[in-house]
Amino acid sequence: MTAQQKPLDEGEYNFAYLDEQTKRMIRRAILKGIAVPGYQVPFASREMPMPYGWGTGGVQVTASILGADDCLKVIDQGSDDTTNAVAIRGFFEKTAGVETTFETSKASIIQTRHRIPEKDLREDQIIVFQVPIPEPLRFLEPRETETRKMHALEEYGLMHVKLYEDIAKNGHIATTYAYPVLVNNRYVMDPSPTPKFDNPKIDKMAALQLYGAGREKRIYAIPPYTEVKSLDFEDYPFEVQKFDKPCGLCGAENVYLDEVILDDKGGRMFVCSDSDYCEERREAGHLGPMAADPNAMTLAGGTSDQHSEEPAR
Amino acid sequence: MTALNQTSGQNQTSAPLAAGFADPVQDAQRGFRTIMNAMARPGSLQALATGGLKPPAPLTPVVAAIALTLFDYDTPVWLDVPFARSEAVKTFLRFHTGAPIVSEPVEAGFALIADPAHLSSLGKFHQGTLEYPDRSATVILTGQTLSNEGPVHLSGPGIETETAFSTGPVSLAFWDQVKANNAQFPRGVDLIFAGSAEIAALPRSTMITVREA
Repeated sequence: MTAQQKPLDEGEYNFAYLDEQTKRMIRRAILKGIAVPGYQVPFASREMPMPYGWGTGGVQVTASILGADDCLKVIDQGSDDTTNAVAIRGFFEKTAGVETTFETSKASIIQTRHRIPEKDLREDQIIVFQVPIPEPLRFLEPRETETRKMHALEEYGLMHVKLYEDIAKNGHIATTYAYPVLVNNRYVMDPSPTPKFDNPKIDKMAALQLYGAGREKRIYAIPPYTEVKSLDFEDYPFEVQKFDKPCGLCGAENVYLDEVILDDKGGRMFVCSDSDYCEERREAGHLGPMAADPNAMTLAGGTSDQHSEEPAR
Repeated sequence: MTALNQTSGQNQTSAPLAAGFADPVQDAQRGFRTIMNAMARPGSLQALATGGLKPPAPLTPVVAAIALTLFDYDTPVWLDVPFARSEAVKTFLRFHTGAPIVSEPVEAGFALIADPAHLSSLGKFHQGTLEYPDRSATVILTGQTLSNEGPVHLSGPGIETETAFSTGPVSLAFWDQVKANNAQFPRGVDLIFAGSAEIAALPRSTMITVREA
């Protein structure tokens, strides 16, 4: 990783890659999305220099709101240093020359693929979600004309039937990610494939939430402090995943954990999916039960002497 | 075209066309973030940087900054009488944004209102449809004096509990019109209030209560 503030390459790309007319079109869609929380605004999604499915919707939203004085954080499944996050962060470093960070509290814009940071977001932050399938009713009704009418008429019975069938088959609601929510008591919305663990964070979040789906050409938004309810039944209330162990490295409880395979003899551990949160806790001296394990140490990166790729930013 | 505008420009400023943003990319981005923050937090006052704009009257720098940030050839614009009378304003908007200026309110994506006290109704603008509520108009009221005190209380998305808000000059029936507009959610227009240096917005999602003091 080289210097943060690179001079803009004159004559190559516009600031943040997109041309100004495209940004204006996306900006207008964002405003309408904010005015109608949870409604999917169609927009003229552009081809981006990355394939669909790699966050082209989120990238276009970020490119349209990003300014020279912003500080950008990009996460992929909670982690700052996995492929998608590294690629998108590099894209904006190169085309916009903005400052980037791994620290949740330092970022003014956070683009995410499928997680919400564990730390509470503030009013002055914006979180941008990359969305693959924005239509929560799509797998129940394949026709766009029909799902549009269902949203118009607030006809969401089919979604409740789906959740009911979950209960009939499995004894509980088996949907664990992309768990449908009701926004501001009006629109049923797909919160992108975040684990349902993150659904309570969407409710009355202090930060503005923007959702971009590039292939499906939809933008939607949830303004700060908007009521967002996860769909459920009175006798089968919404519940988040529970973990019976704390994070192996930092000992955090009540966070979302990822399973990591350590060797080929069945060794495994559960660690925070939010890598920045985990690192911050370890720096503050919190240690989990696996922290001393040599196999775990190599994964923990910065805490031992090897792996000098310490993301000190 | 320009010759025509010059000859018919009976306005006080026979000066050459006023400049647009000094830095079109960054100025538009700053303008948009301010407008977005205003829309995401209904009733909050947001200072809008105008990038040194000196547009022809009755356009103000704040209104011109909103126009240059959001308008282009995709957004038909409707002007009320004081704006529509000014060739200089129309020339400025046409040159810098390329937006077509329409005569029927219902065809407009944006409406610029120079004299909000005489705005007869919000219902004449495109309200969007139930299937495409995003197609409704955004109405920009100019020359407003904004404050976070007053009998109007806002709540709903973007507002933690409740916020007081007042703006003027507006017509007597204005708040009744806004209430009726917002009652048809998800249809309805969205409002932007432009002050002398700050803006506020009122999307259709906001609940409005007027309490007599």
